[in-house]
Amino acid sequence: MELVLVNLIDGLVTGLLLFMLSAGLTLIFSMMGVLNFAHASFYMLGAYFAYQISLYMGFWVGLLVAPIIVGIAGAGVERYGLRRVHQYGHVPELIFTFGLALLIEELVQFIWGKNQMPFDIPEVLNFTAFAIAGNSIPAYKIFMIFISVAIFIGLLFVLTKTRVGMIIQAALSYPRTVEALGHNVPLIFMGVFGVGTALAGVAGAIAGPVLGTFPGMAFVLGSIVFVTIVIGGLGSLWGALVASLLIGWITTFAKSYNIRMEDILNGIGISTPEYLDDNIFRDLWTITSPQIADILPYILMVLILIFRPYGLLGKRDA
Amino acid sequence: MRKTKQLGVTTALALIIGSTTAFAENIKIAFIDPLSGPFAATGTNGLHQFEFAAETLVNAKGGVLDGQMFEVIGFDNKISPKESLIQLQVAIDQGVRYIVQGNSSGVANALTEAVDKHNKRNPDSRVLFLNYAAVDPALTNEKCNFWHFRFDANADIKMDALTDVIAANEGIKNVYVIGQDYSFGKAVAEAAEANLAAKRPDIQIVGNELHPIGKVKDFTPYARKIVGAETDAVITGNWGADMLGLGKSIIENGFTGPIYTYYAAGSGITAAFGEGGKGSIRLISEGQINPPPTEEAAAYYTAYKAKYPDGNVDQSRISNTIGMLAQAIQAAGTSTDVVAVASALEGMEYDSMWGTKVYMRPQDHQAIQNMHIAVHTNEGVTFDYDNSGFGVVAESTIEMAGMDSPTTCKMERP
Repeated sequence: MELVLVNLIDGLVTGLLLFMLSAGLTLIFSMMGVLNFAHASFYMLGAYFAYQISLYMGFWVGLLVAPIIVGIAGAGVERYGLRRVHQYGHVPELIFTFGLALLIEELVQFIWGKNQMPFDIPEVLNFTAFAIAGNSIPAYKIFMIFISVAIFIGLLFVLTKTRVGMIIQAALSYPRTVEALGHNVPLIFMGVFGVGTALAGVAGAIAGPVLGTFPGMAFVLGSIVFVTIVIGGLGSLWGALVASLLIGWITTFAKSYNIRMEDILNGIGISTPEYLDDNIFRDLWTITSPQIADILPYILMVLILIFRPYGLLGKRDA
Repeated sequence: MRKTKQLGVTTALALIIGSTTAFAENIKIAFIDPLSGPFAATGTNGLHQFEFAAETLVNAKGGVLDGQMFEVIGFDNKISPKESLIQLQVAIDQGVRYIVQGNSSGVANALTEAVDKHNKRNPDSRVLFLNYAAVDPALTNEKCNFWHFRFDANADIKMDALTDVIAANEGIKNVYVIGQDYSFGKAVAEAAEANLAAKRPDIQIVGNELHPIGKVKDFTPYARKIVGAETDAVITGNWGADMLGLGKSIIENGFTGPIYTYYAAGSGITAAFGEGGKGSIRLISEGQINPPPTEEAAAYYTAYKAKYPDGNVDQSRISNTIGMLAQAIQAAGTSTDVVAVASALEGMEYDSMWGTKVYMRPQDHQAIQNMHIAVHTNEGVTFDYDNSGFGVVAESTIEMAGMDSPTTCKMERP
């Protein structure tokens, strides 16, 4: 029972981290109708900037400043890159963000090299917050949960309760009308893109010390972020939250418990073949859940695309 | 005007011809390994170590034979077997007689086959394949051939040495094995199980598990299981980001015992483990860095650091490869007849500056040398890795590890 609680907390941390990335991506998608392939690269930039700043001014300054720089860079990309490409349609935009992702990865390797960076958890947070049945929960995880939840609440508040949020929501659905009413829609787009990438930057700054700061970090997380927003429903903030948490918990539980394919198949009434070693389905029979844990979200995505193409909480028709 | 042009062309031509004749004296060594892409750091670091070894151990001492110099040329294979075969052909066309490669046993398997075929068909331009790091046991067993030499211990020898140390530690009663879900990870797990069962039947393997390679973002759930299994030691063959992620996670979640690994040093990993990994991470490898075994080794390392301040000498076998090749060429009296050079390499006993004798076993062309279990720490470190203050210090030594390990190799000699 206690282990379930521990896994719930671990899964929550993974899920919330994923949410910070997918929130920005899904906002940008609902605004521009374009998937930003470079989104995870901004996450990587956040981690590297935070690391570089933390060398001189400490972790906290890094955590504060790095997302701002990433946000400004993101806004710049929208203003001087995407906006120009926009007139040619969606495909060039997609290709532009794809190229940008490659460019950022090469740039990071050029500046920081290809090695792992020694980006560490700050001393103040390097202790065990509490332990459940011998499983220690590091304070840094609790800190990650608080930061993510605070960002979610802040985002929700801005989007639904403030004037700015209302204009953004209106601009998302009816850009022409909002423009006709005298609002600067391109500026709003730039702002949303900047905030979205800044969120990715925050995620990078707080995830860098625990998940590793290396040039492959964008690649490792990049695909799963897309999976998240597809499962949650493209353009839905709540959907992104639900999908992130779902993925966090599914992968955590799959890794923690040794569920064997053999048991599942036996459970549904298929008996184990007598000579398993020669059987062509041997690999299928011997799969265990920890072996495939990080691939499960992709299976879930395929199922969602088949049975509910617009995602769990998505509104548009696919 | 026309005259000057003509003169210019002639001079240029003369210069080119002059320079090629000057280079023709050189003994070319083709380094076929990844120099771009995700494994570029490992490849580039290896190339630097080869260039430095050739420069220091051979060229600075006046070369081999009548003053012939070693020249290491990098070929980027993007860690793909297909690309490697193309690069091999390019290298052979450039007159290269010695191929060195190490990253990925998949590439090594492709290369050794291609070299064997090439040498059969073109007796005039035969080449030798000096493998400095690909550890798949098959290369010196069922797939062995006369042209392939391995300077690193193979995966079985390493696990044999590793389990010797575990078996000698009475405190270890439970062991947890975890690795990446592909051929190497599975081979490590199998070898660990077989060796432990033979040497210490009382040791219980409390967990044996594989995880997707390069896909895991958060290792916490795996770490929780390892800690929950109350194991005394962990064995893993993980490398790269998977090694760092797993190791960090296990330690952060409260595991204090030893983590026995193959690849957990250099390339930023030592720096990233830092204080957390102190006393926990233990590596099996050849070549002792700390404490420096000989003065020559210390001088060599210092000189390397002066040239590449951000680099590490993390593959001492590279200098052994160059040193043994030079000695073999010297003994054979020729650098172009690779059969003579290979015969000189067979059975060679080489005194390495890293404090070991390296014996090239003639039956299978597997180098036999001292293996060390080194611990990641910042105490007693003369030469650190990644300029981090942390490094690996040899803790125990297995003399001439795997000297009588079995081999299924049936060597066909030309």
